[in-house]
Amino acid sequence: MTCFALKIVTPDGLQYDAPAQELIVRTVSGDLGILAGHIDCIAPLGMGRATVVTEDGSRKYAACIGGMVSVLGGAVTLVPTTFEWAESIDAARAERSLERAQAVLSSKDATSAELRLAEARLHRALVRRSVAAGK
Amino acid sequence: MAGVSSREIKSRIRSMESTKQITKAMEMVASSKLRRAQAQILNSRPYFEILHSTIADIADTNTDFSSPYLIARPVSRAAYVVIAGDRGLAGGYNSSILRLAEAQMTGREVTVLPIGKKAVDTLRAHGYPLLTEQYAEAEGVSIGDCFSIAKLLCRSYLSGEIDEVQIAFTSFVSVLTQTPAVMKALPLTHTPGRKPGSDILYEPDSESVFAAIVPEYVGGILYGALCESRAAEQAARRTAMDAATSNAEDMISELNLKFNQARQAAITQEITEIIAGSSG
Repeated sequence: MTCFALKIVTPDGLQYDAPAQELIVRTVSGDLGILAGHIDCIAPLGMGRATVVTEDGSRKYAACIGGMVSVLGGAVTLVPTTFEWAESIDAARAERSLERAQAVLSSKDATSAELRLAEARLHRALVRRSVAAGK
Repeated sequence: MAGVSSREIKSRIRSMESTKQITKAMEMVASSKLRRAQAQILNSRPYFEILHSTIADIADTNTDFSSPYLIARPVSRAAYVVIAGDRGLAGGYNSSILRLAEAQMTGREVTVLPIGKKAVDTLRAHGYPLLTEQYAEAEGVSIGDCFSIAKLLCRSYLSGEIDEVQIAFTSFVSVLTQTPAVMKALPLTHTPGRKPGSDILYEPDSESVFAAIVPEYVGGILYGALCESRAAEQAARRTAMDAATSNAEDMISELNLKFNQARQAAITQEITEIIAGSSG
């Protein structure tokens, strides 16, 4: 299968810089699959699982939150805010974060800002948990 | 030696020794922090380079100009994010970035968002309107904070409260060179003359793409500037403390020489007196 150049960079460093066969990411408007020869495209990312099919055909999964994906001149660049490969996710931490978020959401006297933060944390924890479980 | 007694010199030597110990310790602390900051810059540099070039590509090849982020409007009020340190004793680090920022801000209507205790204190004392004093500790500002700052700035930009966002930071060129710089974050600049290559597919549409991506971009750029500034601060402090330590050493050896001369003179005088007394 034809490959394309894929770069995944986060503020913590370069996560992936190699040819890939396919990239599937969750954008704000749903999952987007990219193969070689894709039209130039820009999309902001939502929260969800990213799948990278590497050159040798193996699939790698990651939790991918925020940022954007761009295809320009055949080169694909994924610039997420948070990107964690399934094997490096701290499942216990995600679980704890999930419980904390739920505690805030179920409490009666949380302010709207706290609720928003807790909701975002819950969402992130759920993404991490599902990615870590499905590896 | 006339005037300076050897006891006085001794106490000066002692105080100089303890100064030297302090500067030496500060230098070592700065060195280890610098190593960490440098590693962080190295890790995050590809992110900023790619983020920046991708945004530049999008801005250049965008054809419909529907996003307010792309349109430069007459500037009535500019927002400056000024990044300085939390502590002094870092050579010219704080003063040069603050001087540059103030030089840029004079004669303009500005709102300032200072990061770092020194920036907060100085700019408040000089009477600039501050957007928030929440980030008085540059060391404790996380990437999450950068994204919240960016969201705040983008909201004010969209509502028309500010028409421009500038970031004043110190660029870490090398361990020995740090240059203060001001960088424009908003509106996005596009290189004139570059033709849009092909049509870009914006998913779901160009306006919402910009609305979602630009705050992320500003946050990323801000974090990058913060990392650079932190490394520059440690490098500046290390150089300053290195110089202070060697100055202290010079002074100690000079004082030692004086002390020995004074002691020698005292002994000579005593001997002269003894001889004068026995021969009399």
